[in-house]
Amino acid sequence: MKIDWIEKLQHLLQVVAFSLAIAALHYAFRPDKPYDIPARYSLAIGTLIWAIIDFGRHFFPSSEGRGWPTGLAAFLLPVSGVVLGYVGGTTLGDWWCGISSWEEGGRSQLRASIGITLLAGSLGTYYFYTKSKSAWLHAKVNEVRSQASEAQLKLLETQLEPHMLFNTLANLRMLIGTDPVRAQEMLDRIIGYLRATLSASRSTQHPLENEFDRLRDYLELMAVRMGSRLAYTLDLPDALRDVPVPPLLLQPLVENAIRHGLEPQVDGGHITVRASTQPGDSGPLLVLEVSDTGAGLPASLPTPGPGQSFGLAQARERLATLHGSAGTLHLIARNEGGTSATVTFPLKSSPNP
Amino acid sequence: MNSPAPRALIAEDEPLLAAALQQELARAWPDLQVVATVGDGLSAVRQALALQPDVLFFDIRMPGQSGLDAAVELADAWPTDGPTGRPFPALVFVTAYDQYAVQAFEAQAVDYLLKPVQAGRLQKTVQKLQLALTSKAPAAIDLEATMAQLRHLLVAPGVAAPAPASAPAAASSVPAASAPLTLIQASSGSQIHMVPVADVLYFEAADKYVRVLTAAREYLIRTPLKDLIGQLDTQVFWQIHRSTLVRASCITTVSRDEAGKLHLELAGRPEKLPVSRLYAHLFKAM
Repeated sequence: MKIDWIEKLQHLLQVVAFSLAIAALHYAFRPDKPYDIPARYSLAIGTLIWAIIDFGRHFFPSSEGRGWPTGLAAFLLPVSGVVLGYVGGTTLGDWWCGISSWEEGGRSQLRASIGITLLAGSLGTYYFYTKSKSAWLHAKVNEVRSQASEAQLKLLETQLEPHMLFNTLANLRMLIGTDPVRAQEMLDRIIGYLRATLSASRSTQHPLENEFDRLRDYLELMAVRMGSRLAYTLDLPDALRDVPVPPLLLQPLVENAIRHGLEPQVDGGHITVRASTQPGDSGPLLVLEVSDTGAGLPASLPTPGPGQSFGLAQARERLATLHGSAGTLHLIARNEGGTSATVTFPLKSSPNP
Repeated sequence: MNSPAPRALIAEDEPLLAAALQQELARAWPDLQVVATVGDGLSAVRQALALQPDVLFFDIRMPGQSGLDAAVELADAWPTDGPTGRPFPALVFVTAYDQYAVQAFEAQAVDYLLKPVQAGRLQKTVQKLQLALTSKAPAAIDLEATMAQLRHLLVAPGVAAPAPASAPAAASSVPAASAPLTLIQASSGSQIHMVPVADVLYFEAADKYVRVLTAAREYLIRTPLKDLIGQLDTQVFWQIHRSTLVRASCITTVSRDEAGKLHLELAGRPEKLPVSRLYAHLFKAM
């Protein structure tokens, strides 16, 4: 329970002003009666109701964050606040003014003050409730916004991983001297890779053909670096060339295959990326498979944490956003060694053969 | 001075980069003779032992094992005594940009090169190496100093383990310092044995498993040794080798063999455990 005392003081002053305003209103309707007596009652009742509700809400764990309890407590808190505040405030007012409201003479006065209390209590509660709720919503929006930009930054950071970038540039530097033609080819691949990476966050879909082109750029870059340790096959049937897919969806899977599959192995290995279709419950499914002959899955998968399995988590998240539960990503250890990652989602616009 | 031409070994898995380094070295240090270029961490150790060069250029990220692990293994196997004993080679680590690794190298005064290797920077490294080679200290002192550096690098984030993707979260790469492990759950067939950590005398990494040894018997678990280290009290279990964690209180004697290597004897187990040079500093008479 953390109480912001500055905020509480602000609330108290607002309540005092509100109570005095009510007494003034009462006086305006009944100028024959004195101002100070209703003002004392109003102050006593108002402050007590406010104190019970505003401090009471901190005792409910569910009000953590939102500032207001949920469930039955959301309703019971203001009601009991008003009732207790009214009874206690009236007693306090009695003691302050030396009057006894509970005896015969004060009955008519009581009826009037009950009405005023109910009305003013509801108004005040509503005011503070909306105020705390809008503050909470505001904080929530900011939080979501900063999460989104953080995820985008992280995505960019993984795709432009310094190790990959600087090693690639080091290779390019060498090629410029020894083989300018190959150096130019490599530079074109780098340009393609960078362009795709930087624009991936802006477009939501591109044809599968483009996706495969970007994978080829990346694999060619890696082939220059790894030499004979990397061999790859890209298998895209003509019929599937124009199928729209989220940009760079397969990129992290291919990166994982290289980084965790091929790189640890002295002899490297082979990567196959294959697109195919498969009948599903509600229409045909697109199946994209990235398989490698690498080191295979570790006995215990690393627990998802910062920097670890971010690629997989990110691909899963994008699939879920686009296709809900219809989009799946399976990571399996292949019988013959190595790992296979399979992405499946509904083929929306079935291509004409 | 008419000493024989200095000899170097390059371990770098990317063929073009190995060629590039060799080319730059030929320009910066024409006398240096590159005796071998290898592409993985296992051949690096083999070739270095066979050829005994004066300088090693080790890439950090290599297949087989990392440049750092290769350096540790080599230091362990390096012959220090006898007629074949040559001074331990000067080590230069080569790495692509990595802020954490660079910090660790700077802190340990370990020589390093950043890829792409640039002529000016290489020149400085070469000058340092030339100076070191002409004023060579006795092998044992060299090895001792190298060991201390490697020990520190092994635990530095970004060198031994890949640095976390998000920069400020460096601490999260370290296993959570939760309550220490008290029970080992080891499966055999359809059973799971509950082995109190208090009964364990030592852990030994073996291929894909870790052997858990008590006085009475042996169990196998799949949790990697490096994950176990984070969950055990390092005051109770000492790492004495890359693949061994031993209960310090059950060590009875430490003996040194003719080759200068340490071996431990344990109360309750018949076998002798070899101590890596990396951890030999733990055992000194008071």
